[in-house]
Amino acid sequence: MTDLVGHEDVDIEATLNGKPLKRRVKARQHLADFLRQELELTGTHLGCEHGICGACTVLIDGRSVRSCLTLAAQISGKSVDTIEGLSQSGRLADLQKAFIERNAAQCGFCSSGMLLTAYELVSTGEAASRAEIREYLSGNMCRCTGYHAIIDAVEAVIAARTAGARQS
Amino acid sequence: MNTNTRSSTGIGARVPRLELQRLLSGRGRYIDDIKLPRMLHVCFVRSPHPHARIVSINVEPAKQARGVEAVLTAADINPRCEPFVGVALHRPGHRSAPQLLLASERAVWQGQPVVAVIADSLAEAEDAAELVAIEWAPLPVVGDQMQAIAPGTPAIHPELDDNVAFDFSLERGEPAKAFAEADYVIEEEFRFERQMAMTLETRGLIADFNPGDGSLTVIHAHQSPFQMQDVFSRHLKIPEHKVRVIAPDIGGGFGMKLNLYVDEMAAVVASMVLGRPVKFCVDRLESFVSDAQARDHRIKARIAFMKSGEIVAMEMDDIAAVGAYGMPMRFNVAEGMMAITITGAPYSFENYKARTRSIYVNKNLIGMYRGVGMPLACIATELLTDLAADKLGIDTVEFKRRTYRPKSSLPCITPGGQRLETVSFHECLEKLVELIDYDALRKEQRKLREKDVFRGLGIATFCEQTAYGPPYYGPSGAPISTQDGCNLRLEPSGSVRCVTSLTDQGQGTLTGIAQIVADTIGVSIEQVGVIGGDSSISPYGGGAWASRGMAIGGEAALRAGTMLKHNILALAGTITQTPPEALDIIDGQVVNTRTGQPVISLADVGRIGYFRQDTLPPDHDVQLSVSASFVGNDKMYYMANGVQASYVEVDCETGFIKVLGQWAVDDCGRVINPLLVDGQVRGGIVQGIGAVLYEECIYSDDANLLNGTMADYLVPMADEMPDIVVAHVETPEASTKLGAKGIGEAGLIGAMGSVWVAVNDALKPFGARVRHQPFTPERVLDALARARSGRR
Ligand code: FES
Ligand code: FES
Repeated sequence: MTDLVGHEDVDIEATLNGKPLKRRVKARQHLADFLRQELELTGTHLGCEHGICGACTVLIDGRSVRSCLTLAAQISGKSVDTIEGLSQSGRLADLQKAFIERNAAQCGFCSSGMLLTAYELVSTGEAASRAEIREYLSGNMCRCTGYHAIIDAVEAVIAARTAGARQS
Repeated sequence: MNTNTRSSTGIGARVPRLELQRLLSGRGRYIDDIKLPRMLHVCFVRSPHPHARIVSINVEPAKQARGVEAVLTAADINPRCEPFVGVALHRPGHRSAPQLLLASERAVWQGQPVVAVIADSLAEAEDAAELVAIEWAPLPVVGDQMQAIAPGTPAIHPELDDNVAFDFSLERGEPAKAFAEADYVIEEEFRFERQMAMTLETRGLIADFNPGDGSLTVIHAHQSPFQMQDVFSRHLKIPEHKVRVIAPDIGGGFGMKLNLYVDEMAAVVASMVLGRPVKFCVDRLESFVSDAQARDHRIKARIAFMKSGEIVAMEMDDIAAVGAYGMPMRFNVAEGMMAITITGAPYSFENYKARTRSIYVNKNLIGMYRGVGMPLACIATELLTDLAADKLGIDTVEFKRRTYRPKSSLPCITPGGQRLETVSFHECLEKLVELIDYDALRKEQRKLREKDVFRGLGIATFCEQTAYGPPYYGPSGAPISTQDGCNLRLEPSGSVRCVTSLTDQGQGTLTGIAQIVADTIGVSIEQVGVIGGDSSISPYGGGAWASRGMAIGGEAALRAGTMLKHNILALAGTITQTPPEALDIIDGQVVNTRTGQPVISLADVGRIGYFRQDTLPPDHDVQLSVSASFVGNDKMYYMANGVQASYVEVDCETGFIKVLGQWAVDDCGRVINPLLVDGQVRGGIVQGIGAVLYEECIYSDDANLLNGTMADYLVPMADEMPDIVVAHVETPEASTKLGAKGIGEAGLIGAMGSVWVAVNDALKPFGARVRHQPFTPERVLDALARARSGRR
């Protein structure tokens, strides 16, 4: 019965956007489908489903992860943050504002993944040059903006955050 | 338009897009985010062969699979839809075989849909699709255009006798004589491989046929809902007023989501057959074999010029492989026609000869993609003129200064047939030269060459046909509207609701419309709500494609705004017993133009206009909803123009190319919103750089796609791309009040031209030339090896 591989169920317990999550998932379901289809968290997008474009990026225990390459069953015991949760909690607010002011999103399809990867970078509290920002975001494809505005936005947030850190 | 009281959100202001907070919070609604009650999912079994006969199909095991609702083949689907014949009536001799929705007797490209599997979930549909057994008998494959036109090659569609879809020649002046008598002639060959639009969101729709009333609603990630309303009505025989097409948020279009796709049609038919909503979203692997592709041209071009520096003639000979059928509605002749008619447009010369052929091959269809044939014209023109300048020992910028068409010659028709009216080649060039500090860059380039660092500087001038009008699509026979429209309504609270026929795939069209409406009426942008992309609620129109949104839809919004303002002032005049001529609207207040004093707020005008008509004179006719449409009946297009520069470094050991700097000076007429216009330019530039350096659908000789994943089809990522400097020259379009031309394709066209020229500039010390796009390291090293061994 090889065609049934992955149809078995797995129980998971995790933290999702700061709240406890208890679910039964299909062993073969990847995290992106679980978030989008089962939980209707459609802010996580799918661009390629094979790990290249970064549109499906979420944070697991604070680290950016491709949810199309992760099984839902793998999040058990971990903490997952998606664009919805990070937006609602205000943790992305400065990045979002900078993206809006500089038009760092056009169709917006890459934006969730782009913001979450950028969030991981700016959360380090370290300064970064434009080249380093480009390097850090180089796993996230954007077909619309030409990247320049995104780099501008992230650069501005890093500058503001590191200046804020120096002052305090 | 309140040009004298320009607000911080009006025309010309850098207004951030209204929808971004929503899109950046994960609250966009893209097609795959939407669920309807009882919705089914369809996936397709596609032909694994580029050309093969279908011996038999067994769908029984698939029908029995878990969750499966239906398995439909050509026999179930095709009779319900009028076939498509992708032929442009205004191009005599253009031919195509009729295209049916699902392959019935044979498949003619790898990826052609054959069987539709419909199930409760996509996973179940995909599992069941694996169980469909098709027996194939492979047929001889026509792999490329040269093979396709070689004597003895069988015709893919026997009813057409051969594989030529279209063969068109044009001649102006006396090119043969000019070439014979010229002091110099330079000839080059160019090859452009196939590429994809690669929107990050793939294609998709939800078709919802309601048997209760025979209505069809399609939520469709498409750039032109009106086009699809017409297609669904006409080809599926549903009365047009019962068809509604709604564009949700769309994850990029770039022309690719403007084409017509048989798999999408088949999904709609499936909904009609089953009487339930059906979702169809292409997965990434499918997109490689089913999204309309672009380019695939082989071009020979020549330039003839005199010692004096005068260009006397040009010639283009283009052979394009357009896939297995003509693209319905949007035509596969467009790239070739644009390539040959726009070549040379910025330059003064009189004699021209050109030919383009569109050739059928056993590959996926060629359709619309950003730039269409315009980058090919730009590349051929700019590479040849750059080489001509070298031959003459003149600096390439100086050569351009001398040979661009002078302003004094405008308006004019170029030898290729382009009408130039308000173009600004010289102004753009001078601005660019200043921007890049041209002389300093050249000096640096020369210095580094001594140290074996090979950098190239490329400058490319281009024309961009924007906003096609009725003279183009009218005679083509395609029911494509080139007008756009706008409904405006003053709400009782004094704010304004706008419904435009335009769509927005990220360009910011809707924000631009809001700016125009706000500015025209005299309210702030926060007081304007805009909806687009619903074929049932706005005036009829085209949508966002061919760089047309602001030029056409913007003008319609301006006209509607003028009408609504007039009506508001008439009502305000009646209420306040003031002649309307003495009133104006500023910041949402009706003011007395003489005193500047507020007379009445728009909220009070709205309240009385809707709820207290009893206080008005019986003969005052309150009209607070207006509608306007616009199209320039006689305008083929609004010609925009610009110049770009690329500074690149070629590693002659490895063949790798790095773009170090990119600059653009663009003239798209009046700029409605520089923030958004610059975004269009930069985004286009990066797609252009991608096209020249990375992007290729790699096919085997027998038309099997070898790189159907994003790991193997390379697109530009952030770390490989340069910062991009953008500047503008504004020469307003003369025939509209708004004065806007299009901007959507300029970035890509100019960047492809400037990168081609720059890379070849870098290779000049070796006498090497790379002419085969994309410029992979292998092709660069090949070019160097050829030069070393004395071959060109
Ligand atoms: S969808 Fe996961 S990386 Fe592209
Ligand atoms: S904004 Fe469209 S892909 Fe990035």
